[in-house]
Amino acid sequence: MTWNLDNNMPIYLQLMEQIQRDIISGKYGPGDKLPSVRELAVEAAVNPNTMQKALSELERGGLVYSQRTSGRFITEDEELIKELKREQAGKYLAEFFENMRSLGLKEEEIRVLFEEAMKGEKKE
Amino acid sequence: MKPILECYGLSKTYGNGQWALSNLNLSLERGQIVGLLGPNGSGKTTLIKLINDLLVPSEGSIHIDGNLPGVETKKMISYLPERTYLAPSWKVRDLVSYFEDFYEDFRRERAQQMLEALGISLHARLRALSKGTREKVQLVMVMSREASLYILDEPIGGVDPAARDYILNTILTNYNENATILISTHLISDIEKILDRVIFLQNGQAVLNATVDEIRMEQKKSIDMLFREVFRC
Repeated sequence: MTWNLDNNMPIYLQLMEQIQRDIISGKYGPGDKLPSVRELAVEAAVNPNTMQKALSELERGGLVYSQRTSGRFITEDEELIKELKREQAGKYLAEFFENMRSLGLKEEEIRVLFEEAMKGEKKE
Repeated sequence: MKPILECYGLSKTYGNGQWALSNLNLSLERGQIVGLLGPNGSGKTTLIKLINDLLVPSEGSIHIDGNLPGVETKKMISYLPERTYLAPSWKVRDLVSYFEDFYEDFRRERAQQMLEALGISLHARLRALSKGTREKVQLVMVMSREASLYILDEPIGGVDPAARDYILNTILTNYNENATILISTHLISDIEKILDRVIFLQNGQAVLNATVDEIRMEQKKSIDMLFREVFRC
């Protein structure tokens, strides 16, 4: 996995987002075991305490859970994962519309462009 | 448990009427990686030398795990100085034996593993190694100790970006979670992701002491950007 961390946001929030994305996209399936904090920290080249914090926060949201001796696992609650996927897709859509409107495009124009792009995608 | 490092009213003058450190108060907890940041002449190396008992405070005190700097504290601290002190005529294996002899907490297997991973022969003479490789060898030695406090003065200054990544990775994989690492550097953007906390030194005083994510949360900017603002010339 490549970890892209930018400059302005707290690092643990960025780590949370990336792990969340890997869960939503199915890279980690429900019930899968996560690598250890140390392994993830080394992979992302971040401080282990920061990675620990990101995982604890994900745990609070119910997306991962820990078993005292055997490590951390992805939730088996597939509904929760689906819900997060919808939520994330909603955020991307809002961003998309904001960007389109900033170009001065009207709703109808956006729809036409969007449909054309969809057709293009399908051909490829 | 006591903090691993405590400084009270720590001051140091070299007798020229200027204070390299001036009434510095600082406490470092265990299990953290701490960046000691500041412009040239802000007192970083003076502080590091005081902690390592290479200088004596003019005023105030330092305690390492509750002890004054001395023989006992040197057993707990693994120190990477800014400049190399290694004899160029030595072979890498001489260095390994020397460290093993000198430090009870040195782990030969760990050192050999890291050297092997780097493709550095035990039979190589230090003189024959590039500057970057010598720096890596020295870091390997320092990180192969099981110390409570690691002090790394400019560990990535002289090496290329790929070697920097390797060095940061070495630091991350080798310290145990009760140890504290104090890293002094100018290369902030390379290192800030592995830090828990940063201390900004300015004119011998700590002007900021906060965690990286606290700073990013409050200031909405990276440590590197904040540093450039605070210390704008």
